[in-house]
Amino acid sequence: MSAFWQLLRRDLLIAWKEGGNIGVALGFYLVVIVLLPLGLGPDLNLITRIAPGTLWIALLLSALLSLGRLFEADFEDGSLEVLATGTLPLEAVVAAKALAHWLSTALPLIAVAPALGLLLNLPPEAYGVLVATMLAGTPAVSFLGAIGAALTVRTRRGGLLIGLLLLPLFVPTLIFGIASIGAALTGTDSFWPSFLILIAISLAAMALAPLAAAGALRLQLQ
Amino acid sequence: MDLGPHATYIWSAYAVVGVTLLALIAWLFLDGRRQQRLIEEIEARGRARKRS
Amino acid sequence: MLAMQTQTLTQRLANPSNFMALSARLLPWCWGLATALLAVGLYLAFFGSPPDYQQGQTVKIMYIHVPAAWLSMLVYALIAVSSFGFLVFRHPLADVSAKAAAPTGATFTFLALATGSLWGKPMWGAFWVWDPRLTSVLILFILYLGLIALRSSIEDEALASKLTAVLSLVGIAILPVIKFSVEWNSLHQPASVMRLGAPTIHPSLLWPLLVMALAMTMLFLAMQLKAMRNEILRRRLKTLRRVAAESAAGLSQQPAH
Repeated sequence: MSAFWQLLRRDLLIAWKEGGNIGVALGFYLVVIVLLPLGLGPDLNLITRIAPGTLWIALLLSALLSLGRLFEADFEDGSLEVLATGTLPLEAVVAAKALAHWLSTALPLIAVAPALGLLLNLPPEAYGVLVATMLAGTPAVSFLGAIGAALTVRTRRGGLLIGLLLLPLFVPTLIFGIASIGAALTGTDSFWPSFLILIAISLAAMALAPLAAAGALRLQLQ
Repeated sequence: MDLGPHATYIWSAYAVVGVTLLALIAWLFLDGRRQQRLIEEIEARGRARKRS
Repeated sequence: MLAMQTQTLTQRLANPSNFMALSARLLPWCWGLATALLAVGLYLAFFGSPPDYQQGQTVKIMYIHVPAAWLSMLVYALIAVSSFGFLVFRHPLADVSAKAAAPTGATFTFLALATGSLWGKPMWGAFWVWDPRLTSVLILFILYLGLIALRSSIEDEALASKLTAVLSLVGIAILPVIKFSVEWNSLHQPASVMRLGAPTIHPSLLWPLLVMALAMTMLFLAMQLKAMRNEILRRRLKTLRRVAAESAAGLSQQPAH
């Protein structure tokens, strides 16, 4: 079990030292959010209505940017092979890396989301539920993203291909995240069903995605 | 026959399906012939080399 | 005296040469049956079925839209089953089946989308209204594209086969979740729900639909067999080229005497 935490700590330290990566993700998040009102015109009512969806989609895209590199560095310098043959099962290695991604990339993005919500005139009641849905849904993004990262670890063009592969996988999380926010804002009683399903999807992803990702990695490490 | 006010859509739909499927079938046949031809070329060259 | 081992059907079919022989015999029948069914279906669609009470004559688009949508899902299921057979049982033709089915399945999915939007325009006034069923088909289309893109991005064919197989299994696992979420989305949005539903199936509408569905399925079967044959030929060609190159290299390295 301690091997898991060691790996997690190591990945977090690397992410911390290479602060550039999270900077790029945050910057990208900002850029997308800024582009939206510029592209749609300053109709505040319209922007308010689409604010939750935009914040969610831009977060997905920013997370997507960094997912491609999840296994890249370790694959290229051979440490992934060492990890694969080590004491920790490859599935646990994947889980540790996905968790590190969530902590180092998703959480900072979630932290700035409310500030970006100001730019989009997000209704005040929505801030809490926005952050709650993001916290509940982004584990699915990191863990499902690991599958995409594992499948594209060799390809040079992985950046675009991984987006194509992961988009369908993210759809349920996006839908239930937005549904939860919508339900909370309009006061209907479908908030808890959507929110619980959102959590369930994340939990299922955390449990099952490492299996698929590890399988894909094993095929490439033989 | 009278297909009603939306006849264009009906014809277009059937046309899209027909053209696309015919194109796909044509490609399958052409591709198959090409592979077969290339295989025969290599086998012929192999036989020629063995004879020489 | 050598004992003859009896082989199971799948074992016998696993031999590419056997498959080539068998498919060569089956194909003309498949094409013929597909054409016949298509002829009957089209006749029934245009001359044997009345306009729908609600949708008028545009219901005739249903006869190609619904079979295309069914096939798009059936073919993906076939790819998933083939992929499972390839990864778990290492059945040699399983990968050929999965590879051959992807472009064809993507085509049927595209046709479902095209006919769906041509059906939707006279019905709802717009070519695309994010109807839950069409949206699921659209995402399925993206899944197909992902399979094709992933396979073509990896040069090592054996590795490409295995990774694509993993992706298709992930896809089939997530597909019910996607459909569920898309349905949920349309039910809980405050906007009015528009559904591209099939009208309550009256018998006079049912027969053309079933015949067309059968016709398209038979057509797919013929295309699948043909595509698998092409793929087997392609692999044979690759092997021949490699052998020819190796023997040419071997000859050029022989010491002069």
